[in-house]
Amino acid sequence: MSVLVYVEQAEGKFKKSVFEAVSYAKAIADQQSTNLTAISIGDVAESELKELGKYGAAKVLNVSADQLKTFVNQAYASVIAAAAEKDGADIIVLSNSFSGKGLAPRIAVKLKAGLADGAVELPSTDGKFSIKKTAFSGKAFAITELTSTNKVIALNPNAFGVKENATEITIENFAADIKQSDLGTVIKEIVRATDKVSLPDAELVVSAGRGLKGPENWGMIEELAGLLGAATACSKPVSDADWRPHSEHVGQTGIAISPNLYIAIGISGAIQHLAGVSSSKVIVVINKDPEAPFFKVADYGIVGDAFEVVPKLIEALKAHKG
Amino acid sequence: MKILVCISNVPDTTTKITFTNDNTEFNTAGVQYIVNPYDEIALSRAIELTEGGKGTVTVINVGEAANDPTVRKALAIGADDAVRVNAAPRDAYFVAKQIAEYAKDKDFDMILTGRESIDYNGNQVAAMVGEFLDIPSVSIIKKLDYDGSSATIEREIEGGKEVVTVSGKFVASCAEGVAEPKIPTMRGIMSARTKPLNVVEAVAIEEVTKVAKYETPAPRGSVKLVPADQVESLIGLLHSEAKVI
Repeated sequence: MSVLVYVEQAEGKFKKSVFEAVSYAKAIADQQSTNLTAISIGDVAESELKELGKYGAAKVLNVSADQLKTFVNQAYASVIAAAAEKDGADIIVLSNSFSGKGLAPRIAVKLKAGLADGAVELPSTDGKFSIKKTAFSGKAFAITELTSTNKVIALNPNAFGVKENATEITIENFAADIKQSDLGTVIKEIVRATDKVSLPDAELVVSAGRGLKGPENWGMIEELAGLLGAATACSKPVSDADWRPHSEHVGQTGIAISPNLYIAIGISGAIQHLAGVSSSKVIVVINKDPEAPFFKVADYGIVGDAFEVVPKLIEALKAHKG
Repeated sequence: MKILVCISNVPDTTTKITFTNDNTEFNTAGVQYIVNPYDEIALSRAIELTEGGKGTVTVINVGEAANDPTVRKALAIGADDAVRVNAAPRDAYFVAKQIAEYAKDKDFDMILTGRESIDYNGNQVAAMVGEFLDIPSVSIIKKLDYDGSSATIEREIEGGKEVVTVSGKFVASCAEGVAEPKIPTMRGIMSARTKPLNVVEAVAIEEVTKVAKYETPAPRGSVKLVPADQVESLIGLLHSEAKVI
C-alpha cells in the first residue's frame, strides 16, 4: 500500500498546483504511514523532476515515450493505472486541473476506485476515509466517503497550499506499455496566452461586471490585474454579451474559483455569481449601489463609481509598490 | 448520425441550498428542478449537428420517475426520443455505468454530456463512460465540429485551448461556447408529450463512494467599508491586515 501522485507538466515544467498536489499526497502518505511516489509523463528535465523531492516525493517514475509527449487522457490513464498496480499504490492523487478532470474518472474506472474530485481538505482519519469536496457550485461541501479499496482524489487548486518537506528523491524510468487504441485523440494545436495569469489557479483575481458599461472599458481592469499579478474574470452577463471570453466567466454556470483575493468591480452579486466565488479567502467589492447583495459577503467594500475608484486604486497601488 | 446526450436533473440555479436529517440529505422542499444548464448546451449542439434529417438525438437520464418533467423538457428542446434508467443516481460511477450499459450496443457516433452537473460538480460522467466503453473522451470542450466520421474539438486548458481531432466514436463534455442553449418552442412542447420516453432498469455495480454529510460555507464577518475618497487605505488593509498583497 502506498500513495501515487500524478504530476502534470506543461512544456516540461510543473506549476504550483502540482506542488500542492504533491504536498497533499505526502500528507496522506504520512497519515497512512507509507511512502509517496510521483509519476511524470512527457519530457521533463531531471532537475525539474528533482524539485518534487522538496515536497516529499521519495521516488518519481519518469515516463518519456514519444507517443506520450502530449496529453492523451486515455493513454495517460492506462499508464498511471499500470504504475499504481506495479507500485502497489491504492491512493492516487492528482490536481483537479482541466486535464486532471479528464483523467481522474478514467483512472477511477480502471482501478474500480471511488473518486473525490474538487477535494479541499485531507481525508478523515476515523477509518472512513471521508473527504470534503465542493458541491452545489460552491454553495455547499459534500463530505464524501470513498468506500472502495482503491481511491482517487483530485485536489482543487489553491485549497491545500504548498508545504515543503524535503526528501531524498530517486528517479526511475518507467517503461509504459502503450496500446494503439488508447491514442484515439490527436492534438493539432495548443494555444496558450503566456502573458496572462491562468484563472483557475490564480491566487489573485480582478473581476468586473455589467457596471463597466462596455468591453472598451476593460483597460483599467487589465491594468489593475497586471499591477497585482492577478488573473482577470467576469460575470455571466458580460461573457453572454461577448464583452469578454467565456473562459473568464466565474459563477455557478462558469467556473468556480477560490483565490486568496477576489476583487469584484461593478458586479451586483447574484446568487449564481456568489456560488462560484464564495470560497475566495478575501473578497473586495467595489459598487456604486450600497444595496448591492455582494457587500453582504464581502470582507472589504468601497461604495463608489468604478470609473472613479479603479483609477485611484491603480495610482495607490503604483505608489504602494514604489 | 446518432447522438446520445446525457442529461442530469438539478436544482434551479437560484436555489438556496439547505440540508435536512442532521445535514445528511439535500432538502428538496420547494426546489424547482431543471435540465442541467451545461447539458442543455450539449443537447443544443447535438440538435444543430443532426438538423435537416442528418441524424437523431436520444437523451438519457439516470433517475426516478420524478425526473420525467425534466426529460420531457429535453424532448421539447428538440431531442427525438428519451431513455430513463430507473434508479436513484447514486454517484457518477453508478450513472456512467448505466449510460455505458445502455449505449454499448446502440452504435451512437458520439455521446455528449455537460461539463459538470451544477449539484455535484463532478465532471466525471463523460470520461467514465468513455472508459467503460473503451473509447476516447474529451473533457470540458468549447467547440465541436463533426464531418460524419471525425470530430475537431477545442478543449479548455489553463490559460488557453487545445485543438484535438478524434476519429470514430467518442464522448465529450460540453462547456459554454459549444452552442447557444435552445429554448423550447410551443410546437416543441406540444410534440414532446408524444415522443417516446423508454424506461429501462438499472444494472448492479459495486458502491465506491457515498456522501456522509453536507456542510455549508462558514458565514463571513461583516464588510469593512472604505470611503471612496480614501482608496489608498484599502491597499494598506489588503497588505497589512488581510496579507493578500
